[in-house]
Amino acid sequence: MVGIRKVQHRKFITVLVVLALITAGLAAWWYIESKRDDILVLATTTSTYDSGLLDEIVPDFEETYGVRVKTIAMGTGQALELGRNGDADVILVHAPEREEEFVEEGYGKYRYEVMYNEFVLVGPEDDPAGVRGSQDVSEAFNRLYENRGSITFCSRGDDSGTHIKEIELWEDAGFDHDEIDSQAHSHWYKSLGQGMGDTLRTANELDGYALTDEATYISLKEEVSGLDIHFSGDQELFNQYGVIPVCENMNPNVNNELGEEFASWIVSEEVQDMIDNYIIDGEKIFTANAQI
Amino acid sequence: MASDLLHVTVLSIFVSVSATLLASAMAVPLGTVMGLHKFRGREVVKTFTYTLYGFPPVVAGLLIYLLLSQRGPLGSLNLLFTPAAMILAQMVLVFPIITGLTMSSVSQVAGEVKETAMTLGADRWQTAKTVLNEARIGVISAIMVGFGRAIAEVGAVLMVGGNIRWHTRVLTTAIVLETRRGNFEYALVLGAVLLTVALIVFFVLKRYQDKGVKI
Amino acid sequence: MRAEDICKRFDGKKVLEELSISVSCGELLAIIGPSGVGKTTLLRILNGLLYPEDGDVYFKGEPLTFEDEKDLDKRRKMALLSQKPYPFKDTVWENVAYPLRLRSEEEIDDKVSDALEHVSLLEMADRRAGTLSSGELQRMAFARATVFGPDVLLLDEFTAHLDPYNISVLEDAVEWYVDSKGAAAVMVTHNLFQAKRISHSTALLFDGRIIEKDSTEKIFEYPEDERTEAFVNGEMVF
Repeated sequence: MVGIRKVQHRKFITVLVVLALITAGLAAWWYIESKRDDILVLATTTSTYDSGLLDEIVPDFEETYGVRVKTIAMGTGQALELGRNGDADVILVHAPEREEEFVEEGYGKYRYEVMYNEFVLVGPEDDPAGVRGSQDVSEAFNRLYENRGSITFCSRGDDSGTHIKEIELWEDAGFDHDEIDSQAHSHWYKSLGQGMGDTLRTANELDGYALTDEATYISLKEEVSGLDIHFSGDQELFNQYGVIPVCENMNPNVNNELGEEFASWIVSEEVQDMIDNYIIDGEKIFTANAQI
Repeated sequence: MASDLLHVTVLSIFVSVSATLLASAMAVPLGTVMGLHKFRGREVVKTFTYTLYGFPPVVAGLLIYLLLSQRGPLGSLNLLFTPAAMILAQMVLVFPIITGLTMSSVSQVAGEVKETAMTLGADRWQTAKTVLNEARIGVISAIMVGFGRAIAEVGAVLMVGGNIRWHTRVLTTAIVLETRRGNFEYALVLGAVLLTVALIVFFVLKRYQDKGVKI
Repeated sequence: MRAEDICKRFDGKKVLEELSISVSCGELLAIIGPSGVGKTTLLRILNGLLYPEDGDVYFKGEPLTFEDEKDLDKRRKMALLSQKPYPFKDTVWENVAYPLRLRSEEEIDDKVSDALEHVSLLEMADRRAGTLSSGELQRMAFARATVFGPDVLLLDEFTAHLDPYNISVLEDAVEWYVDSKGAAAVMVTHNLFQAKRISHSTALLFDGRIIEKDSTEKIFEYPEDERTEAFVNGEMVF
């Protein structure tokens, strides 16, 4: 009995010791983390990351350069914001206009084109808006609008690269996107504020149309089997990815050297081949198109 | 996949247990002091603490991000996108819960226990320890609730951790990722692992609740 | 132990007024008086739990400061047994061992067994204190209050609402403790028979003052003050 009590007696102290050890562990961890020389922070978009491409190719960069890459997948806006704040060293996103802006503002050093995939317009199998057979994407969007009484359109609504592209396409087709967005109360245009996968799933449930990148659609094909591709192939629908090393002038902590090495690496012939050969379910996801 | 799962699980436990312990190390003494002493404005502090229970995780994440960003005041520590940042974010969320619940369970027993301990010859420190021990059912429940919130939380750790594979990916952020990727089965497995982890931790804490700690 | 000129107010209402009383080693003093005259308040002041607005309490000739930490050594030689004791959420054994642990004493096992034996609780040592009946609980509280050998025992209506068996066990234990340890005991009660049965001396507390204090025999047989006479004869005192 006495022995047992003595053990209990020490529990209080044990808890304190454990706490102290954790704190010490954290301090050590922090010390290691604070040496950022061999760590590259890559900010990219969820759609890029979710395709699985980076998990496939990034280990090659880590091995070749003997560094670690921290890949952070966020919305396009957030990824660019990370770069502006100096929290990322290199950015891989797909919103060309915004990327140019980023470089012009002096946050990015330069921009290389890396690859593209295609946006496609998906919708319920029977295509109630009759988008199939449209001459170009403008016509397809016009047909959507004409049939707004009987269809649903699901928009990302999250300021992502895809959402930005969708806005452009509405404007190019001669509509005022703000006005369409304000028709949300009429229920045909749904601004979801969700990621690509969730948007496709919602469209599938609601028998709605959606603009999606082909990669995400292919990877989710099984789940959203009620959706078919009704329009694709227009030059306007190419989804161009760019890589930008963040400028060290803006923030001295940015690992610009590694960032530039990453940019050169991803546009190298070898890696471009890897991108071209990345296949999911028998379909090619990205087309490499770097011009060096 | 298996080693991924193991890494994610271990990191989840490490981050949430550390956050809960570190927050408890501050919140339990603070809650005890607040429960033991009647001071001016206690009700205001109480209400304020209870309000913080509803602190939105993403806002906590955003605040910690702005704090730790290279442009933020603590940017030079290079803590952003590390487990340490995630621990910090979870601490912020869990701290008011543990403080508030400790305070209310201590104040429930404080009067009687304080007097009994003092008449039996306890000094101030021993009295506080006795009160805490007598309130342990409530205090350990507080820690359990805190841990539950920490390990189930996703918005804040996603923001400040970045969901980086092999580095800051925890169970909840992995669930978000796998759901987004359409791997529903794997997401459900992760969910089951999360619940199992919580169950084990609760079971361990429950033993303390029953037995208590000797002065 | 001595208290001099104690004054205490609650919300501006005077409860004790220039009260003086003393008790010496081996003496069992009963304080009797109608309900609500401040008997419990007096005990709590003697124990240093409440501070008086005026007056001093002397323990073995030294004054209490009424600051918890400074009085610790003195408080550790006193015990207060209240009407409704609080059981710690643990076994009977651990409850009784508690005061010894506070003092980091040795031979805890022997001391706890002795104390429990005197109140016939040894066989319940491993029960959870929360499951005891009120009589058993009060006996445990007595063991807990005496296990560390206090020089002063303060008893606040310690047998109220108990059955005759428990009352007699507890009264015997108090008498044994005072006699064998030579401790001083102050017992607050409104049970005149109990005061008559076990106390050596008795004092009547009324209107915030001690009206009369003498040997128990004299108080009950030949009271000097008419209010004492009325009270011990079971009449209203106003």
